[in-house]
Parts: sequence; C-alpha cells; structure tokens
Amino acid sequence: MLEIRFHGRGGQGTVVATIILAKAFFQAGWQVQSFPFFGVERRGAPVEAYLRLDKEKILVRTNVVSPDHVVVQDRTLLSSIDVTRGLKRGGWILMNTPSPPEDLGRFRGWRLACCDMTRIALRHGLGTRTHPIVNTTMTGAFAKTLAMPPLEALEAAIEEEISVNPKGNVEAAREAYNEVLLVGEVD
Amino acid sequence: MKRVVEGSQAVAEAVRLAKVQVISAYPITPQTHIVEILADYVSQGRMKARFLRVESEHSCMAALIGAQSMGVRTFTATSSQGLALMHELLHWASGARLPIVMAEVNRALAPGWNIWSDQSDSLSQRDTGWMQFYCEDSQEVLDTTLFAYRLAETVYLPAMVVLDAFFLSHTYEPVDIPSQEDVDRFLPPYEPAFQLDTKHPYALSPLVTPNAYMEMRHEMSAAMEDVLGLYDGLEEEMFRAFGRRYGMVEAIECRDARVVFVTSGTVTSTARIFLKKLRERGEKVGVLKVKLFRPFPTEEVRRALAGVPKVVVVDRNCSFGLGGIFAQEIRAALCNVPGERRVYGYIAGLGGRDITEELLEEIYGEVTEGKGPERENIWKGLQEVSHGGR
Repeated sequence: MLEIRFHGRGGQGTVVATIILAKAFFQAGWQVQSFPFFGVERRGAPVEAYLRLDKEKILVRTNVVSPDHVVVQDRTLLSSIDVTRGLKRGGWILMNTPSPPEDLGRFRGWRLACCDMTRIALRHGLGTRTHPIVNTTMTGAFAKTLAMPPLEALEAAIEEEISVNPKGNVEAAREAYNEVLLVGEVD
Repeated sequence: MKRVVEGSQAVAEAVRLAKVQVISAYPITPQTHIVEILADYVSQGRMKARFLRVESEHSCMAALIGAQSMGVRTFTATSSQGLALMHELLHWASGARLPIVMAEVNRALAPGWNIWSDQSDSLSQRDTGWMQFYCEDSQEVLDTTLFAYRLAETVYLPAMVVLDAFFLSHTYEPVDIPSQEDVDRFLPPYEPAFQLDTKHPYALSPLVTPNAYMEMRHEMSAAMEDVLGLYDGLEEEMFRAFGRRYGMVEAIECRDARVVFVTSGTVTSTARIFLKKLRERGEKVGVLKVKLFRPFPTEEVRRALAGVPKVVVVDRNCSFGLGGIFAQEIRAALCNVPGERRVYGYIAGLGGRDITEELLEEIYGEVTEGKGPERENIWKGLQEVSHGGR
C-alpha cells in the first residue's frame, strides 16, 4: 500500500486534488481511499489531506502517520510545518516552487521534484495572483513524478470533478506533467 | 456502478434511491455533508422530496413524526449533541411505531468540545426503541440505509444507521451505487398500515391508561424480537437485488480461536488486517463484528463465541460507572451459557483517537500473557496527565 500526504492552505483545493487523484487511480485499476485531515478548516491555515493506494481493498481506518510521499502545494508552509514528518526514506517530496529550495540539505535521504505550479495555474486563468488555485496543476506534476496515474485517467477525473473551466484545468495539469523538474535523490 | 464517493454521499445516494419524501435536518459536524448533498438533490429536482429546515434537532424529529404520521417515507441525519437533543422525541417516534430512518454519524459528546468519532452518542440512545446498525465501510452504509427502510417499514420501528465520524463520513472510497431498478425491486414504495387522513380525521397517540399501555410496550418489544427472525430473510432479498449481505454479526475465523476480538464500526475493518497478520503467524485469533446492536443478536453472539476461552471487547465508548457498552452486552449475552470464559473490556479510541493494528496487537499480547483481566475495564492508549500541581 502507498500512503501520500498533501500539504496546502485552506482554500487551495488540497482536498479536491486528493479526490481527483483518487478517482484517476481508481479508473486506472487501483483501490483508493482519500480523506482530509480530520478537523476544522480555515482559509489560509495549513491543511493536510491523504491518499491511500493499493491493489487490494483498503481496510485500514486510521490516520496516515508515515507516508511514502508528500506534496507541498505552498512553499511558505516550509517555515511553519515539518513536511517530512514521518516521511519514509526515499520518498518523493513534490513541491510547488519556481526553483529548488536553497537549503536542500534538510531533504537529505528523500527525492525532490519541483514545479512552478503557481505560474502554470495563473497562465491558465486558475485563481488570481493573490489567490492562485494550483490543485489541478499539482495533480499533473504528481502524475509525472510517480509515473502514475496515467495522464488520460487524470484528465478524465479533472473533467468530472471541476465544473468551472475544466479545459483550463486539464491544460494546466498537462503542462505541469511536462514541466515538473525531477531533481531526484538529495544527498 | 462503482464510483469513488464520500461516505456522506453514500448515505445521500441511498436516501435518493429510497425515494424519501420528507427530509428534515439541523446541521452539525460531521453530519453536514449528508444533508448538504440531499438539499442539493431536492433543489435540483433530482429528488421529489420536501426538505424542512428547522431550528433544532428536537424540532426536526417532531417534524418527521408529523410527516411520517401522514404516511410518507422520511429521513434525517445527526450527530452527538444533536442526537442528544432529539432524545425525548426518539422515544415518541418508536412508541408511535413510525419507521423513520436516521443516519447517525458517531461523534463524541462535549465537553471537551470534540467533533471526532466516538460511539457514546448513539449508544446512550440504546433504550429508545430504535434499531441500531453499526457500519464498517461506505458500501455497508449505503446498503444498510436501504435495508433499514425495508426492515423498519416491515416491523414499524425506527432505525438508526450508524457510521463513524470522518473515518467514514469524510472518506472517499469506491462504492457500488445500485441502479434505481434494483433498489425498487428490493424496496417497494412505503404503504403505511395507518396514517393521518384529513378526510377521515382521528387522533394518534392519546392518553393511554394502565390497562392498555403495557400491551403497547409488549408489542414494541415483540416487534424488536421479530427483527431477529426477519433479518436474514430480508438480507437474502437484498443479496438477490445487489449481491451483498452482511449479517447481524460476522464471525471471522472464530471457530478454532482461543481469543476473539469483538468489534463494531470501522474498528472491524482495521481488525481484519490485524487478524490476517496474526493468523499468518499461526495465532488462533478471531474477530466478531457486531453490526446489529438493537435488537441485540444474543443467539448469534453466543454461537460465534461458543468454546472461545478469551473474549476481548473493544469499545469506542464508555458508560461511566460501569465501562464499555458493547462489553456489557457481550457479558450479558454470555452469562447464561455454560462454559468457562473470560471477557476483557478494553476502552480505546475515544474522541477520534486512532485504534491501530499496533494497539490491537498490544491488547492481544496482554490478553494471551495474562490469566484474567486485571480490571473489568482497561483503558488503552492513555497518556500521562498533569493537573498542574493540584
């Protein structure tokens, strides 16, 4: 089983992103389970959401404590949240950032992938400069980083889940898929 | 067709497919998504139903008692303090023999203010004359909601479909949503045996003197007992319609077990992984899932636990002054059965704390090593508390 944790801020669509990915993986033949951090959400405050993937029915009904991979939708979270908390060695950290962070040392032992999701999202008219919606863009970068789910399944899931400007969201995901920089293992 | 949906939506889809005619609810976390989705369905015309907005859960149940008395199918959903506020009218609904169905999202009672999973809310309503079903996954939630209508409308008792806060209500997973055709085959329209009728006015629920009250209560009690006789047959019909059935209880690898864990709700799901691992190591362990809590399936529990020397009951609830509520029921079910056995009552996971595989393994270790329970109730996973020197 794979467990993935998503970090974002309230209002960025982090939970919706995990639902899109869950639907895409399910379409691609995986068993899925996704849920938000069980709690109360406020706009702008740090939020977490989780995705479990397996080839068999997922039975575990607990919080995710040691994820295989993490996603950071907002790099300003790095100063307040330990995004590597419980993260398994060798796991991917997919980050929304124009360039790899300078203090790479803190990610030693994990693999890093970077994508300027904010720029891509804004170019496709997703959100505003002060409030970019990067969630669908992130799913594209995610699909490339983990080499799954298949892009077609992801695009279908975005179209199912996003009612406003689905085309723009799909294009942003595709662009992120092509642009994400797989830095790889940090040592 | 299988779709990835939230547990709350699984409830809402069942309510839509049951063609419920009157819905009333007052919002409370973690029940909110259920009634939000239903409000959407009603406003979009996807359901031909009235959605009654009310100022409290007490009014909500009063409204449904009125609506159901007019001979329509009704629904509500609530949690925690909301259910507690309904308490008086829960008795009224069952006493008036109204087959109202409710989704109850298990949430802790305050204070401390806590929105997370805990069974104390629904279990504290165990004597109100409502049937109670504890569900393990979202598929079971959907199927059981439809089943609850069928059963409730057969015996004229209300029913509570219970699902864990967040672990089910806010979790997305694949759920098979049956077709309207299949549901219609299993659940025909509600045809009430009695209803208010403005053309032929009469009153319901008048003063009942001692010479009749006891018989009314006896009939309620008999109706609850009827459920136990009807259950498997109705589930067989559900199996023919949707290909799924669950049983009042599910005994998993109990036959040769030396230790059986009795679980309810999503804890059963996690316990299945624990069970598989321990069985692979050759440990003689089993799990007894108790789904039906009211009426209590005493015979099924006795059968499943016959010859099992150690029974562990995991309770995500507490009746203060006695202990875990499922543990009490299991002890009561076993007390007139011959044979030596010990019942270990474990309280864990209150207020949404995780009940993990590791925790279950720890309990297993304690139970297999020790001779008997140290105490009647063992609180598991407690942290040290400092009271600031007082």
